[in-house]
Amino acid sequence: MSERVTETEANVETGNSAAIAAAFADGPAYIPYLAVGDPDYEASLEYVRALDRGGADVIELGLPFSEPIAEGPTIQGALVRSLDAGMTPDRFFAFAEELDVEAPLVCMTYYNLIYQYGSGAGEAQSASDASGTTASGGPRPFVERAAAAGIEGLVVPDLPAEEADPLREACDEFGLDLVFIVAPTTVGDRLDRIMSQVSGYVYVQARLGTTGARSDVSDQTTESLDRLDDYDVPKAVGFGISTGEHAERIVAGGADGIIVGSALVDIVADGVDSDLSTAAVADRLEALSRELKDGAERGYAARAEPTGAQ
Amino acid sequence: MSETGPTTSETTDAGVSTDGATPSRRPGRERGRADGKFGRYGGQYVPEALMPAIEELTDAYERYVLDNEDGFMDEFRERLADFGGRPIPLQRADRLSERYDREVFLKREDLLHGGAHKLNNALGQVLLAKYMGKERIIAETGAGQHGTATAMAAAHLDMPCEIYMGERDINRQRPNVFRMKLNGAEVNPVTAGRGTLKEAISETMRDWATTVENTHYVIGSVVGPHPFPVMVRDFQAVISEEARAQAIEKTGDLPTDVVACAGGGSNTMGAFAAFVDDDPVALHAIEAGGSTLEVDEEAGVAPNSASLYAGEEGVLHGARTKLLQDSDGQIMESHSISSGLDYAGVGPELAYLVDEGRVNPVAVDDDAALAGFHRLSRTEGIIPALETAHAFGFLEEHHEDLGERVIVNVSGRGDKDLDAAIEETDKRDIAEAPDMSMFTGGI
Repeated sequence: MSERVTETEANVETGNSAAIAAAFADGPAYIPYLAVGDPDYEASLEYVRALDRGGADVIELGLPFSEPIAEGPTIQGALVRSLDAGMTPDRFFAFAEELDVEAPLVCMTYYNLIYQYGSGAGEAQSASDASGTTASGGPRPFVERAAAAGIEGLVVPDLPAEEADPLREACDEFGLDLVFIVAPTTVGDRLDRIMSQVSGYVYVQARLGTTGARSDVSDQTTESLDRLDDYDVPKAVGFGISTGEHAERIVAGGADGIIVGSALVDIVADGVDSDLSTAAVADRLEALSRELKDGAERGYAARAEPTGAQ
Repeated sequence: MSETGPTTSETTDAGVSTDGATPSRRPGRERGRADGKFGRYGGQYVPEALMPAIEELTDAYERYVLDNEDGFMDEFRERLADFGGRPIPLQRADRLSERYDREVFLKREDLLHGGAHKLNNALGQVLLAKYMGKERIIAETGAGQHGTATAMAAAHLDMPCEIYMGERDINRQRPNVFRMKLNGAEVNPVTAGRGTLKEAISETMRDWATTVENTHYVIGSVVGPHPFPVMVRDFQAVISEEARAQAIEKTGDLPTDVVACAGGGSNTMGAFAAFVDDDPVALHAIEAGGSTLEVDEEAGVAPNSASLYAGEEGVLHGARTKLLQDSDGQIMESHSISSGLDYAGVGPELAYLVDEGRVNPVAVDDDAALAGFHRLSRTEGIIPALETAHAFGFLEEHHEDLGERVIVNVSGRGDKDLDAAIEETDKRDIAEAPDMSMFTGGI
């Protein structure tokens, strides 16, 4: 298991990972996302380190799947660049092991990669008999390998709570958190079902649609946070956050953390398009990270101040 | 080649309901309706933002399709008759019957309005969207057949319609793109990946994730999250409901074999649904064997689309099913001479029926399919879609393993494929093909 963060007496009962619990224990958590291997393995290492220097409290690492149905064009582009550069689950785990960052790592990927890991699917395809016998191992080998690589949690956008029991059990066995996404449309029984499966933090999707940076932050965010008020698990808001001002507003509105993906991936993409040096791109990632982190801190401070309504 | 299924022809009058009635609530038809599961296959593997839409659609499916609320199914059948031209004949193929020394019947879905079976589903779903109060239709398309059927149905029912289509497919299928536009649909090119069907499905799901409140996604096959696989099957089941009654009327008995091509599997499940509970009837799903069943793991390419025959269990586009994937679980780029079969997955119910031994999956390669295309054109005066042609490739190779009365589902007509047929025929030496010299000199 990872020793990246000293354990605190934070509310560890909400999850399996003490490091993730600690990330939310003391002020708002800044949670950046990058696709691992975008645009290549070595540059990607530098980029993730830059996020860490910029104040990341948790880092979400995208493991690219060929059919990422929850992603908008920005992150799709990142996943394609990463796959084209040869990223695989095994290289992803090697990457996580090679990283020497403070922040705990969460892997974001799609269920088929988790489900197939270690099963040897595909290898015998041409020789497969027509009876359809398969030897899929289920999610356990992936989670075991992720834990060994120091991954503290998983986010799987295409895995609904109803189908999550095998992965939940594996995560509990190996001490990983399983983060679920709650949409603006998630209410009632569905919300209860998801919240009974979630650990670490809940990913509050700020608006409908796929990932992507937006200039506005939706009213749906506030409504979602209100709906989640009764649940005792940290609430991290994502989808569309791109500036320190957004971060400030969202944390002031009650979020325990902010998740930022597309705005960071845009910097990587621009580095590719403009042929910038790895160091230049890393500097920009670090600078935006500081802006976002500072914004979140300002929002937290504003919230902590006594107000008339409170 | 694989072994074929049981060749039983022991159907007895005593064992068969010959009154022409086709109960839609027999066990095989109930499968998957309650929970979207077909054994280990099926499910609802979708982003959370889509879940409310899926639940709303499930509710609408149960009320309108299963319980005929507000007379939905009555209106659906009436529109299928008046707009679609149903019932569709079951025709005895005289020369093929002679050639193969058994009764060969053709279920002529190529005669359905639009020239393929696709309208059965598209009309059902667009009508359902209307009953649900939706204001906008979106759909994906590969070859363009589902896109054109959806555009027709949307125009017929006065619904705005947008079709997502891979850029590469747009270039391969220009006449179909024009047909969609003629019917008033928008066609949105998809440039991700290789720009074919699986990317178009992903992109349509993304649109739906943003617009679920006023939009219905008309999925084109028995794939995707529940309730799509059962709902599309139930709309397409009219094929086998008719065929079963027609076979009994014409021959006094059930067929011994039903043959249908399989890509995603909508015409396949449509042709099989009413026969699944008739144990003596052998069901053959004919997949695109492409150029070879070998896969190129390095390039992520499977030069075939035979997910039932050669695929492995996995999760794609909302369902657990059989897929063409590499050892990491990345989805392969599939291939077929027919773009309508060119998909790396297959409906979860077919995956289940294959595992159960109820459906016999067979891969027929590009060469045999193209020969089948020419054979049916020349001997029966019917130019089939290249998808359909795979079923006739199977018939040529395996007729001796079949029983006395064979139904082949002619899922679509081949007009859309003429350019591809000219190009592909010119590369090969096919006995039944016409002299190609006057067509390949730069027309």
